[in-house]
Amino acid sequence: MTLKTNLKNILLVIFTTLVLSACSTAKKSGDIDGDVYTGKETVEYLASGVPDRVFFATNKSSLTTKSRETLRKQATFLRKNKKLNVTIEGHADERGTREYNLALGERRANAARDYLMTYGISGKRISVISYGKEKPVNPKSSPISWSQNRRSVTVKVN
Amino acid sequence: MRILILIFFLNLFVSHKALALIEIDITRGNLDPLPIAVSPLHVDVKSEEYKDIKVKELGDNISKIIEKNFRNTGLFNPLKKDAFVQKPDIAHLKPRFEDWRLIKAQALVTGKLLVKGEKLKVEFRLWDLTAAKEITALAFTTTPSNWRRVAHIISDKIYERLTGEEGYFDTRIIYVAESGPKNQRIKKLAIMDQDGANTKYLTLGNELVLTPRFNPTNQMVTYMSYFRNMPRVYLLDIETGTQEIVGNFPGMTFAPRFSPDGKKIIMSFAKDGNSDIYTMELESRIVERITEHSSIDTSPSFSPDGKFIAFNSDRSGLQQIYIMRSDGSNVKRITFGKGIYGTPVWSPRGDLIAFTKMHKGRFYIGVMRTDGTGERLLTENYYQEAPSWSPNGRVLVFYRETKAGDKGEGFTAKLWSIDITGYNERRLSTKTDASDPSWSSLLTK
Repeated sequence: MTLKTNLKNILLVIFTTLVLSACSTAKKSGDIDGDVYTGKETVEYLASGVPDRVFFATNKSSLTTKSRETLRKQATFLRKNKKLNVTIEGHADERGTREYNLALGERRANAARDYLMTYGISGKRISVISYGKEKPVNPKSSPISWSQNRRSVTVKVN
Repeated sequence: MRILILIFFLNLFVSHKALALIEIDITRGNLDPLPIAVSPLHVDVKSEEYKDIKVKELGDNISKIIEKNFRNTGLFNPLKKDAFVQKPDIAHLKPRFEDWRLIKAQALVTGKLLVKGEKLKVEFRLWDLTAAKEITALAFTTTPSNWRRVAHIISDKIYERLTGEEGYFDTRIIYVAESGPKNQRIKKLAIMDQDGANTKYLTLGNELVLTPRFNPTNQMVTYMSYFRNMPRVYLLDIETGTQEIVGNFPGMTFAPRFSPDGKKIIMSFAKDGNSDIYTMELESRIVERITEHSSIDTSPSFSPDGKFIAFNSDRSGLQQIYIMRSDGSNVKRITFGKGIYGTPVWSPRGDLIAFTKMHKGRFYIGVMRTDGTGERLLTENYYQEAPSWSPNGRVLVFYRETKAGDKGEGFTAKLWSIDITGYNERRLSTKTDASDPSWSSLLTK
């Protein structure tokens, strides 16, 4: 009897796990547009409602509509905080050669910097640094983590 | 660090290659490795103790290193010592050829050594058992602490005699030693002998270091460091430990290599989202811009005659390999195959370019002629890149990474090597995880 109940419980647990994991996969694939990450995991905030990072497509450094929206929020925030300087860190995913990724990270960081500058933020307040693929935010080897790692992050300096 | 080795030829009998009956064709994969017997070197009874070296076992240990070197080439099959038919000292005087042939050996290495007056005297002979004669002999004197190098130099001489190509055993590999979790890696410059012995760390791991490369004399290394969070190319004198930044660039410099004469460093400089290739002459500090293009230009590598540069550019949209004259003129794209291409490295023989290819989520190490024809993919894997040539242009060392799980578990980075025939893939032993290998030239020419 007890054995039967136990088995039932185990089956129930397995079933629930399956349903849950199916849900989480579905949610995650919804966090990608093309192969640009659109979710909120890993994102931090410079101030309430001002995300610190934007995401890129594989091998690309062009800004998506959503990225531009984030950067405009950052520009507004920086205009309000005139004494604040920032560094933009450019990153790449692990699926490319190390040296090319260093250049790609630099190009991504500069794409974000250029956009902030068109919204009136002085270039003097924004330094850039590329880490290539050296500092993944998500260490997992999966398309979702790679999309989270292809990013530029605006970091307060002072 | 400086090691002086006095080499003089003992009794080098006539040794034209044509006269030898045994030789190895290394231009194709060798499925039938040459059976070779490496007799332990006879240790002279007059030998004295020296520091912590086990002098009595030295002859045996040297022969084991030679055997390991040979086995790793895939070209030789070192025979088991328990089948050996003669004592080392007697075989060294004159082997009974017919007895050695009975154990199916085709070549025999014998030798003897003496440790006396803080010196190690070694001699060895290579015997062609089919032709029943000595084909190479060499004697040299060095400090006893160099005994591992003695084994490598003997290996080089034998390899050279039997293949007609320079060896690559008395060499070192500089690489990045990695430790810690995948998203917080600690990276140090490390140097080791080609066979994994004598590992030394050249930096402490306080800052991120990448892509070390030797100069032609193996005394200097150029690499990239994030010292003070400023990603720049540095120059390190291995002997003195002095480090200096290369040039005065207002932005990131990366992907450095020496010119074949060792006088210049070629590298990328990134500014405002654009990476171009520059050289700096070390003595005059004169900086020259080589490419001027709005795309990413990186991973430059000189041809051995210094006349051309291979590099990586995405000017066509995605990463491809290009070559140009060393002044930046005559830029020509050479890769048109499926996928994208990176990390071109010119062979020391000048005839081939090694590269990394990415296609449909897989990574390949391959070689092609310098005009891009004759592409051959040598190995395919989940992730691998950054080939570096053995000094004789026969073997490539590169690094390979494995897939990581949710928290980064299962992730490893290791050094591997493969012959340009596509055969003989093997992992190099390193004390830690490792990446970005660079192979030195022969330490003793």
